[in-house]
Amino acid sequence: MAEDKKLFKVTIDNITIDVEPGTTILHAARQIGGDVTPPAMCYYSKLKGSGGKCRTCLVEVAAGSTADPRPMPKLVASCRTNVMDGMVVKNITSDRVLDARAGVVEFLLLNHPLDCPICDQAGECHLQDLSYEHGEEGTRFEFKKRTFEKEDIGPYIQLHMTRCILCYRCTYVADQLTDERVHGILDRGDHAEISTYISRAIDNDFSGNMIDVCPVGALTDKTFRFKNRVWFTKPVEAHRDCDKCCGKVTLWQRGDEVLRVTARKDEWGEVKSYEGKTGWICNTCRFDKKQVSDWVIEGPANVNRHSVISQGHYVGVQQPKETMPEVMGGRTPKLLMDIHEVSGVNRVDISALPGPATSKTFTKNEQ
Amino acid sequence: MGRKLLLDKAHIENIRLYDVYRQHGGYRSVEKALKSMSPDQVTEEVKKSGLRGRGGAGFPTGMKWSFLAKPEGIPRYLVVNADESEPGTFKDRYLMESIPHLLIEGMITASFALGSRTSFIYIRGEYAWIVDILEQAIAEAKHNGWLGKNILGSGFDCEIYVQRGAGAYICGEETALLESLEGKRGNPRIKPPFPAVKGLWDCPTVVNNVETISAVVPIINEGGEEYAKIGMGKSTGTKLISACGNIRKPGVYEIDMTISVEDFIYSDEYCGGIANGKKLKACIPGGSSVPILPANLLLKTAKGETRLMNYESLSDGGFATGSMMGSGGFIVLDDSQCVVKHTYTLARFYRHESCGQCSPCREGTGWMEKILLNLENGKGKMSDIDLLWDIQRKIEGNTICPLGDAAAWPVAAAIRHFRDEFEWHVTNPEDAVRRNYGIGHYADPVHVPVG
Ligand SMILES: Cc1cc2nc3c(=O)[nH]c(=O)nc-3n(C[C@H](O)[C@H](O)[C@H](O)COP(=O)(O)O)c2cc1C
Ligand code: SF4
Ligand code: SF4
Ligand code: FES
Repeated sequence: MAEDKKLFKVTIDNITIDVEPGTTILHAARQIGGDVTPPAMCYYSKLKGSGGKCRTCLVEVAAGSTADPRPMPKLVASCRTNVMDGMVVKNITSDRVLDARAGVVEFLLLNHPLDCPICDQAGECHLQDLSYEHGEEGTRFEFKKRTFEKEDIGPYIQLHMTRCILCYRCTYVADQLTDERVHGILDRGDHAEISTYISRAIDNDFSGNMIDVCPVGALTDKTFRFKNRVWFTKPVEAHRDCDKCCGKVTLWQRGDEVLRVTARKDEWGEVKSYEGKTGWICNTCRFDKKQVSDWVIEGPANVNRHSVISQGHYVGVQQPKETMPEVMGGRTPKLLMDIHEVSGVNRVDISALPGPATSKTFTKNEQ
Repeated sequence: MGRKLLLDKAHIENIRLYDVYRQHGGYRSVEKALKSMSPDQVTEEVKKSGLRGRGGAGFPTGMKWSFLAKPEGIPRYLVVNADESEPGTFKDRYLMESIPHLLIEGMITASFALGSRTSFIYIRGEYAWIVDILEQAIAEAKHNGWLGKNILGSGFDCEIYVQRGAGAYICGEETALLESLEGKRGNPRIKPPFPAVKGLWDCPTVVNNVETISAVVPIINEGGEEYAKIGMGKSTGTKLISACGNIRKPGVYEIDMTISVEDFIYSDEYCGGIANGKKLKACIPGGSSVPILPANLLLKTAKGETRLMNYESLSDGGFATGSMMGSGGFIVLDDSQCVVKHTYTLARFYRHESCGQCSPCREGTGWMEKILLNLENGKGKMSDIDLLWDIQRKIEGNTICPLGDAAAWPVAAAIRHFRDEFEWHVTNPEDAVRRNYGIGHYADPVHVPVG
């Protein structure tokens, strides 16, 4: 018989599961799914050393383990804390966590420009989602925000430092994916900035992956800039034989036009893995192959939960897992405002449209 | 007069030089340890001494040493933290400048106990001239056989290197220090793993303060139990205090930890009282990061007991009515000082020194600085005071390293004890700009209710 591996029992927000030793609290929570999963703005499972910085994933450890059931005095970063057997974790059931998290969201937004209407990331920005789900209304910050000049780092990528939340993910990409690292963090504190070594271009086959890991619109694809709103494009999975990378991508199309190419993302907004290898894509696939004929089309993409695109688009939308009844022990949760009731957007049955939705689709249906 | 163990010989002319230091009994602890003790016995003596880390946290040194992982075939390191950048703290500077061989001697003995064959001093970049002093002391020690291969025929090899920092307070945090020592950006590491398991170049490492390591010399010379007889309770031995601010005699004093705060401030042996005939308003007893206390709570605890200059007594009452020993930076404010302005100055410091890795500290420190500047300039609102309180509350405990707490505590303590002075700045905006101080009634110790 195969040897029995001892699993650790961990309880998160009243839901108990068994996980392998060495699993972090965040990964255990992701295995449960739904609302008990803490948001993660800096952690990226495919980037070694990432996490621990943004503090959005803080949770309360109410009992350390069966052996030592004392609670941990401070909230811990779930992305960098391993579970112990018998650990009891409180995420959304802890007022301390919700309060601290609202604080973190406020801090992250303090110097963030809120220029969403002109930002290419709008619609797939993790900070937008985070603020909507965990933030408070309004701001108490009455000062000028810090600003930076826009900077081109190489021919394909634009850095808009003003929007950066210093999650460090792109520096890990530069460190771990590209051969020659010319990009990192300069200075410190709230005046720290992501930059290249004296405006050097990032010229490397895998540099484009920085765009995919950036949770906000600080690093954007110059070949896509201002071409379209992401929710008006249609994500299609496609592949090609590539000698540099896995060649598995998502094409963001408008009609037959390929507006943008990205790696495929999983439900946590991270680049997917294939047979244990992360599906990073090369710059050739990302920036140069913009014809449908360059690709073998597989079909509509599963739209990840981080995207407004999932609000009623196409087939294959992943329904978020419903954990609330379990967490609340059968009681009904207090509902937040449902955006669909106030916006006219979803009165249009997008899936019934013959092609992609455009702004005209909505104006025509205006009551 | 209290006993001195570290600075007793510091006044001797040319004690900085090896020959003079040796004539006055220097390097005896190395002889004793290497010739007659095992590494574990040295650690045992340090445990018995009750020595607590002098870098700020006050963690028992012997215990820290015994936590050091000792896997076969992997080197271990001793790193001395000489980054000393906390505003108000300048004791290590004085020690290294005046009697550098004491540190080198302590390092050799400690390295022997820990099995560190390569030990480092990470020194604050601004202390450039002290690097020369230390390197000369190291060269002299090596020349006389206290460093190098097979020291005193014991089979123990040891080298000491000095590394200069580049001017960042955060590099005093032990894991940021290790990153910097490795040649990387000085960002604190996420713990665990702790340095005792994975420190410098992922090897087991002990990081200790300059004063802590220097105290190993008298501990080995006199024995841990003798050392523990000095002081009281869990505050054994002697402590260096760097006193500054509005006192008549600023400077570095070695105290045994039984003396009262009042004696320390007013006696001629130490601070010599408040300068220019003014009155004591407030004091930060342990370096800029620890809570500020108004005069009444400084001299007596909330229970009405005399407050003493030691770990337990300074923290009596918790943060509600007490403070901390910290790194021994004793900053005294007289009744012409403004707590709001003072708090703003500290907030500016922490904003500037935050490494920027974690969002609460990166963003929160800058926000607090801006609000405090407004208040100081008479442009504040009453709601700003509560907002400051809420910001510091959301930073504290939610960050990677204690710098976030260190930025939050001074603001919290200032509001806790001097709220009316903040309010005065809002209600008297013109006076707040014109004169440098708020209200001075704290100078007269008033009755404090227990609790
Ligand atoms: C922001 C920050 C700055 C620090 N600066 C120093 C310092 O300059 N010198 C020092 O000895 N310890 C400093 N510490 C404390 C160290 O992290 C560490 O606790 C200490 O060096 C351990 O030595 P000890 O046990 O001998 O006190 C600092 C801690 C923090 C969080
Ligand atoms: S540019 Fe984007 S990925 Fe890089 S640190 Fe900033 S927010 Fe993170
Ligand atoms: S608390 Fe401040 S100094 Fe410490 S790691 Fe976080 S940002 Fe850096
Ligand atoms: S995701 Fe855990 S701290 Fe950022």
